[in-house]
Amino acid sequence: MESTVLKTVSLSASFEDKRVVKDVTFSIPENRVTAVMGPSGCGKTTLIRCFNRMHELTPGARTKGQVFLRGENVYDMDPIIVRAKIGMVFQRPNPFPTMTIRDNVIAGYKLNGVKLSPSERERIVEDSLREAALWDEVKDSLHRRGPSLSGGQQQRLCIARALAMKPDVLLFDEPTSALDPKATARIEELMSELKDTVTLVLVTHNIAQAGRVSDFIAFLYLGELIEFGPREQLLTTPKDKRTEEFLTGKFG
Amino acid sequence: MDRSRLTLRLLKDRVFKVIVIFLCFLSMVPLFLILSYIVKNGLASLNWEFFVEIPKPVGEKGGGIVNAIVGSFLLVIVASLPSIPLGIAAGVYLSEHRGGKVAYLGRLAADVLQGTPSIVIGIIAYLWIVVTMKGFSALSGGIALGIMMLPVIVRATEETLKLIPDALKEASLALGVPYYRTMLKVVLPASVSGITTGVLISIARVAGETAPLLFTAFGNAFMNWNIIKPVNALPLLIYNYATSPYPEWHRVAWGASCVLVGFVLALNLMVRIIVGRWKVQF
Repeated sequence: MESTVLKTVSLSASFEDKRVVKDVTFSIPENRVTAVMGPSGCGKTTLIRCFNRMHELTPGARTKGQVFLRGENVYDMDPIIVRAKIGMVFQRPNPFPTMTIRDNVIAGYKLNGVKLSPSERERIVEDSLREAALWDEVKDSLHRRGPSLSGGQQQRLCIARALAMKPDVLLFDEPTSALDPKATARIEELMSELKDTVTLVLVTHNIAQAGRVSDFIAFLYLGELIEFGPREQLLTTPKDKRTEEFLTGKFG
Repeated sequence: MDRSRLTLRLLKDRVFKVIVIFLCFLSMVPLFLILSYIVKNGLASLNWEFFVEIPKPVGEKGGGIVNAIVGSFLLVIVASLPSIPLGIAAGVYLSEHRGGKVAYLGRLAADVLQGTPSIVIGIIAYLWIVVTMKGFSALSGGIALGIMMLPVIVRATEETLKLIPDALKEASLALGVPYYRTMLKVVLPASVSGITTGVLISIARVAGETAPLLFTAFGNAFMNWNIIKPVNALPLLIYNYATSPYPEWHRVAWGASCVLVGFVLALNLMVRIIVGRWKVQF
């Protein structure tokens, strides 16, 4: 039996009157890549934005139900602590444009006013960039600004920035949708390496990508969790007809 | 299509282009006429003495306008101190609450204030400050100019912040950074070029204002650094000297015009440079 790090219990989310996530209950196993898969507009992104309480920042957004991080309901915790423990990587790389590469990595500390000693700072910068497989490419240009990097490098910088906070869970919201195939391959490779240290949740509408990198797949359709299970089982012998139809390209 | 029609259409095309270019140059003529006239008349009175001495009484040669330069400087400082932080704060609020009722009223208020004649703002400053403090002062003039700067800064801040991608704010919030720190340390630094531009444009706008100063800053023939005493200002000096009957005072007015135009031109050049250099790439 896998140990669970993140668990949702009848989680629903809505914008104004529109319910986009309906009564989702499932558990995300530790040190695994869990893919949340489904056609566009099925509520995948909204679902994971409920995990780190980003959903509630949108005006008119509502959440119902519970999300447990290691047994503690995140809706009883301070959102600021939740977001430090559950990191997020977005669709488009979004490094801080006014900061250098070094400062981007430790932005979570800097922006929160946490003082780091120079040796501590350099260690976090190097460790995080190594973990994000970016160190060798940028170690001589740490003083340059974030946006001077290529798109794929920027995305890995954003991953390093999230890793620097030592999160329990890292949420990837279609992290390769703005990248070319080569940069996409690097990010996917990186995800497989990262799962030894952190639990990953990957939102994707790409079946092939879910097949390449995930260990577990949750199939979401019209806001409902249709099916959840180990990758092989879900991709080859889906239990639900809708999952099968999505996999065979009948819709999506 | 037959050949002659095509030639005719090409000809029309060319005529249209020529007309547009001609009208474009025509619209620039007034600016160049004004500039050349001011420089021609003003340059002769510009020398070192002009910038470091106070005006001489009628009949005496020489003298300068240092009191007006210092006065204008004081007025801009007094105007900027409250209006820059207030304007930026209001602009942040407007861009963060785009749909709200308060934001709608705030936006309306800024637009109405921007359209309010400067002389009316001067009267208000007169009633509020000059009458209550029983005397003309740089303070009252500065407040009047500050009220005029406010809407420009508010709208410039709002428009700049609207252009900052939401993704940037989310990146910071997703790291567990509180909202106020996100605004102060991520969003505002990314908009520094636009906000600075707004501030400089508002200063350029009020530096030449005369009407609100007539019964607030009032004017002063001597040097004054005290903000609760009347001060001279470049536009006030130009107004007073140009309407006097003395030819040597007219020359001083031309020189002062030259300085004022040069100052405003320099501010506008600075804006160009800042927009180009400080532009944040996303």
